[in-house]
Amino acid sequence: MRTLKFLLRKEFRQIFRDPAIIRLILIMPVIQLLILPWAADYEIKEIKLAVVDHDHSEYSRQLINKITSSGYFVLTDYSSSYEQSLEKIEHDKADLVLQIPQHFEKELVKEDAATLFMAINAINGVKANLGGAYLRIIIRDYNREVRMEWIQLPRFSPETQIEVASSNWFNPLMNYKYFMVPGILVILLTMVGTNLTAINIVKEKEIGTIEQINVTPIKKYHFILGKLIPFWIIGLFVLTIGLTIARLAYGIIPAGSFLTIYVFAAVYLLAVLGLGLLISTYSVNQQQSMLLSFFLMMIFVLLGGLYTSIDSMPEWAKWITRFNPVSYFIEVMRMVVLKGSRLADIKYQLLVMAGFATAFNGWAIFSYRKRG
Amino acid sequence: MFILLGMPVVQIVIFGFALTNEVKNSKIAILDNSKDAATASLTAQLDASRYFDLEKNLVSYSQVEEEFRKGKIKLAIVFPRHFGEDLQHFNKAQVQLIADASDPNTANQLTNYATAIIMDYQDRITDNRKLPYTINTEMRMLYNPQLKGAFNFVPGVMAMVLLLVCTMMTAITIVKEKELGTMEVILVSPMRPQLVVIAKAVPYLLLSTINIASILLLSVFVLEVPINGSLVLLVFESILFILVSLSLGLLISSRAESQQTAMFISLIGLFMPTIMLSGFMFPVENMPLPLRIVSNIVPAKWYYSIVKSVMIKGLGLSGVWKETLILGGMMLFFLTMAIKRFKIRLA
Repeated sequence: MRTLKFLLRKEFRQIFRDPAIIRLILIMPVIQLLILPWAADYEIKEIKLAVVDHDHSEYSRQLINKITSSGYFVLTDYSSSYEQSLEKIEHDKADLVLQIPQHFEKELVKEDAATLFMAINAINGVKANLGGAYLRIIIRDYNREVRMEWIQLPRFSPETQIEVASSNWFNPLMNYKYFMVPGILVILLTMVGTNLTAINIVKEKEIGTIEQINVTPIKKYHFILGKLIPFWIIGLFVLTIGLTIARLAYGIIPAGSFLTIYVFAAVYLLAVLGLGLLISTYSVNQQQSMLLSFFLMMIFVLLGGLYTSIDSMPEWAKWITRFNPVSYFIEVMRMVVLKGSRLADIKYQLLVMAGFATAFNGWAIFSYRKRG
Repeated sequence: MFILLGMPVVQIVIFGFALTNEVKNSKIAILDNSKDAATASLTAQLDASRYFDLEKNLVSYSQVEEEFRKGKIKLAIVFPRHFGEDLQHFNKAQVQLIADASDPNTANQLTNYATAIIMDYQDRITDNRKLPYTINTEMRMLYNPQLKGAFNFVPGVMAMVLLLVCTMMTAITIVKEKELGTMEVILVSPMRPQLVVIAKAVPYLLLSTINIASILLLSVFVLEVPINGSLVLLVFESILFILVSLSLGLLISSRAESQQTAMFISLIGLFMPTIMLSGFMFPVENMPLPLRIVSNIVPAKWYYSIVKSVMIKGLGLSGVWKETLILGGMMLFFLTMAIKRFKIRLA
C-alpha cells in the first residue's frame, strides 16, 4: 500500500509537470463538446432544387409554388434546358432537378395522366432518397388538389383507409443534440484516456527510467495500478466536466441517475486505460504506440454507433462492434441519459465491460512481467 | 512501417463496407391486440422488409416502455383491438407507431418506412382501379444508382486517413528529435534548418503516395467505387492534400515541446473536427452559419469535395479549381508559418 502511495505521488507529479498537456486534456474536450454537436444535424432541409420547365403553364407554376413553399426545397435555378441544370448539379449548385415536360397540363387534363421527371444527385444515398420522397409527397398532394378541382367530392367512393398515428418517445422534440452530445462525450473521454496511457509506459522505456523501476522491489501490479489510478481519476474528472457542459450548454439532464453513469464509466475507464497500457507494454517507441492507438481509435469511433447505426452494418462488422468498448459505452450513455435506464437494464453491458477491464489489465500485467 | 502502410488499407475496407447512413435491419416489436388475418399479414410484410427485423411480440402496453429502456428495439407497432374488423366494416382502422426518438434521424426514417409499408398494404386491399388525373413521377439517381454508402464514405475516409497519418507522423518525428536533443545537433550543423525540416517530411510524402495508390485500387476493385474523372488529376489533388497535411504537421511540430503534446494536438484536435466538419458525416449546409464558416478552415472539407467531384462526378480541373486554389493557399500558409516559427526558435 505504501509503495502504491509513492508510485501515485510520482505519477501525479509527472503528469502535472507538463502544464501544456494538462491544458490540452481539459480544454480540448471542452471546446469540442461546445462546438461539434452543432454540426451534427442529419435532418435534410433546404434541398437545392433546379426546375426545368418546358410547359410554362398555369399548372407547372402552381406546382413549383407548392414545392418551394413547403420549406424543404430552395429553388436555385429555373431554366428551360436539362443540360444546363445538370451542370448545376455537377457544381453542387443543385441537388435535385425537376423536369416538367411540354404539354404537362394538357396531357394531365385530356389524357388523365402526365409524367414528371426527377434527377437526383445520389452520391449521398440517404439524402437523395429522402429528397426524392419529400418531392413525391408534395406532388401527390398537388395531384389530389388537381383531382378535387375536376371531380366533385361525392363521386369519390369512401376508400379503405388505415390511419397511422406515430409518436416519438424519449426525445419528442427530435433534438439531435440530445443524441449526439452523450456520444461525443464518450469518444472524447476514450481518446484522452487511451492516448495518455498508451504512451505513458513507452515513454519510460524510451527515456530509460523503466529500468530503474525494474530494479526496485516494486511489484508488477503495483506498477500497473500506479499507472492506472491517476488516469482513472483524470478520466472521471473529464467526464464530470463533460456532463456539466451537457447540462449548461445543451440543457441535457440525464433521465436516469448519475450514479448509473458513474458506475459504468468507472468500469469502462478501467477497460480503456487497460487497453492503453496493453498497447504501451507491447510498443517499442511512442510513435508506434500512437499509431496503434490511433488505428484502434478510428475503428472504435467509426464503428461505435455514434454516426451510423450498428444495426445497419453487415454481420461481420457487427461482430467487431461486440469487441468495441466504445460502442457499449455510447449505447449505455444514450440509454441512461435519454431513456432513464437503470442499472438492472444495463446489467449485460456492465458485465461485458468488467470482462474487458479484467482481460486488458490482466494481460497488461502479464506481458509487462515477461519483459521485466 | 507495416502499420503505416497497412492501416489505411484495413480502414478503407472496413469503413467502406460497414459505414452506411441507411437504416436497415432495425429491431421492432409488435403489440397485436387484435390478432386477425389483417394484422398477421401486415406483420409478415413488415418483418419481410429489409428495414425491419421483428424482435419480439409483446402482450401488454406496459412492455413497450420496458423494451425501449433495455435498448433492444427501435420501433414499436401497436395494433388496437378489432383492427381487421374495423378495416372490413368501416373501411377505416388505426395503427400506432412508437419510435425511439433518442436517435431522431433513425426514428424519422423508420416511421417513414413503416408508414410506406402500411400504405402499400392499404393500396393492395383497395381495388386497383386507376384514378383519373394522375401525375406520375419518374426518378433517376445520378452518379450512384444503387445508392451505395461507399460512394459517400470512400472520399471521406480517404481525406481523414491521409490527413491524420501525414500530420501526426511529421509532427511527431520532428518533436522526437527535439525531445531526444538530436535537433540541436542538426541545428549546429552547416545545413539550412528549413531544409532539414522539409527533408523530414519527404519520406512521408512518398509513403502517403503509396497509400493513395492502395486506397484507390481497393476502392475501385473491392468497393466498386468507380473513378469517373481523370486519374492524373485525382492523384495530383491527393498529393496536394498530402502536402497540406505535412505542412500542418510541421506547423504543429514547431509549437509542441513533447511528443505527447504533438500527438494530442494532431489526434484529438484534428480527429473529431475532421469527421464532423468536413461534410461527409453531416451535410455542411445543415450547420448553423458560424459552423459553416468554421468548416471552411478544415482542409479535409475541400479535399472531400474534390474527390467527390473528380472521382464520382467525373469533373475536370475546371470543376475543382476553386478548391484546388484553397488547398494550395493553405499549404503555403502552413508552410510559411512553420518555417517562420522555426527561425524564431533558432534565435
